[in-house]
Amino acid sequence: MLDINGVYKVFLPGTVNEKIVLRNVCLKLDEGDFATLIGSNGAGKSTLLNCIAGVHSPDKGIIKINGVDVTKAIEYKRAYLLGRVFQDPMMGTVSNMSIGENIAFAVRRGQKRTLKQCITNTERDKYRELLKILNLGLEDRLNTSAGLLSGGQRQALTFLMATVKKPKLLLLDEHTAALDPATAEKILNLSHEIIKENNLTTLMVTHNMRDAIKHGNRLIMMHEGRIVLDIKGQEKQRLTVDNLLKRFGKASGAEFESDRALLY
Amino acid sequence: MQIITGSISLGLLWSIMTIGVYITFRILDIADMTVEGTIAMGAAIAAQAIINGMDPYAATALAMAGGMLAGLITGLLHTKLKIPALLSGILTMIALYSINLKILGKANLSLLRADNVFTVFENLGLSAANATIVIGLICAIITVIILYWFFKTELGCSVRACGKNPGMTRAQGVNTNNMIILGLVISNALVAVSGALIAQNQCFADIQMGIGSIVIGLASVIIGEVLYSRQHLMSKLIALVLGAVTYRIIIALVLKMGMSPNNLKLFTAVTVAIALALPVIKTKLHPVKISIEEDV
Ligand SMILES: Nc1ncnc2c1ncn2[C@@H]1O[C@H](COP(=O)(O)OP(=O)(O)O)[C@@H](O)[C@H]1O
Ligand SMILES: [Mg+2]
Repeated sequence: MLDINGVYKVFLPGTVNEKIVLRNVCLKLDEGDFATLIGSNGAGKSTLLNCIAGVHSPDKGIIKINGVDVTKAIEYKRAYLLGRVFQDPMMGTVSNMSIGENIAFAVRRGQKRTLKQCITNTERDKYRELLKILNLGLEDRLNTSAGLLSGGQRQALTFLMATVKKPKLLLLDEHTAALDPATAEKILNLSHEIIKENNLTTLMVTHNMRDAIKHGNRLIMMHEGRIVLDIKGQEKQRLTVDNLLKRFGKASGAEFESDRALLY
Repeated sequence: MQIITGSISLGLLWSIMTIGVYITFRILDIADMTVEGTIAMGAAIAAQAIINGMDPYAATALAMAGGMLAGLITGLLHTKLKIPALLSGILTMIALYSINLKILGKANLSLLRADNVFTVFENLGLSAANATIVIGLICAIITVIILYWFFKTELGCSVRACGKNPGMTRAQGVNTNNMIILGLVISNALVAVSGALIAQNQCFADIQMGIGSIVIGLASVIIGEVLYSRQHLMSKLIALVLGAVTYRIIIALVLKMGMSPNNLKLFTAVTVAIALALPVIKTKLHPVKISIEEDV
């Protein structure tokens, strides 16, 4: 479903600030894979997701989604393949559009925008039903501006928007990091449910080791622009935090201590 | 009374350009300087076309096409050549100064003896002042209705989304560059129509007409938002029309109170600066106090 081969990304090439952020990244996700991605700050996780989504284009290597080579495709042209939820709750919705308009906007992802109504009445009824899944009472507030929602509500709505039109690949970049712990857990559990129910191929960045272990069938760890661990199957299910820390040390040859706080 | 009707009619004609300014400034989040050149171009095209015997309505439509072209050029400079939006607008505006002079042939073109969109109604028996109000009102209502419809279409929603959250809009598969260009084209079309109507109303087109018009537009937008705007899109659009009219009434009153017309632009600029700074001034005057008791 996702096939990344030999991807490099260099920021500010040719300057004193040149930084190789991705080094020969290779990663294959099969259909239905739910992979969690962890790594210390600056490891290149967001950059990798941005390369997949087309926000950045890799300097070397090939990226295929669902068999389509998207390496050179600009962001909006590959959007039809992807669902995305960002870390910042403000990023995922349009604040001055209503909840209903936001969902309708996402439902038309990858379609040509025409002079038809941006949301029809039949859609309204459908979205009310859909919003009930979130269990946040949003189904009664279809005409409320998304800007009036709390961070947690906006993230829940963004998640719904990212998955309502089943994407070939779902990219989640620390999508609960800006929320308080209780809300974060709620959104994460909701994400888990929706991903499982729709069998969505997912790549989820998290800074929380326990979440990375608890969710998904694969765990991928990055360090300084490289993928240093890719744990799957039975092994992934038996994984513990301590065990993971040890394996990270061995694989990267780096001390973990400084990163420990960040990863918990 | 005469001051009021004069202000209302002038305000209605300027309300079309106010809506244009709103589209770029508030919806696209761009301060589009093209407007200063476009309003004079609308006037110049309409005036020259009318003098050459064109029907005033067709001449106004021609002005509109000119405005669309101006918006298109600014849009291409900004999106394709990656020139910052403000600078793109300034470049088009400066270029338009020369083009407008070419269209006019001289700095000032009189329309005194020519027919215009208002005389058609005057011939029906309306007074000149009332004819202006009727035409202005019809144009404003049509503009508001069409834009209300447009911004509720898939395409219109994409333009709105693109101004507020371009990253997310691209993530939904929308070409944000095209939406910016579309917004600029619509905006400048409206501004040019406004210029064409103003020229026909005052019976001349002048190369200097556009100077300061962006600030007048912004002042009208802000007055409309502060005094009349509500959440609903329709109310926002109507508020712009009312804002443009209110601006004209305020100006007429200030002039009547004895302010020299020479100070008008200074007055408007200072008013807009204060209005735009209000959020900052407010937080300076009433810093957010964090009270522990309230938090519990
Ligand atoms: N647009 C950019 N320009 C320059 N450097 C960048 C840019 N984006 C990210 N970086 C750098 O790339 C490195 C990796 O960043 P990122 O992928 O955001 O890390 P992560 O998400 O794993 O914390 C960081 O050192 C960051 O400073
Ligand atoms: Mg990151």
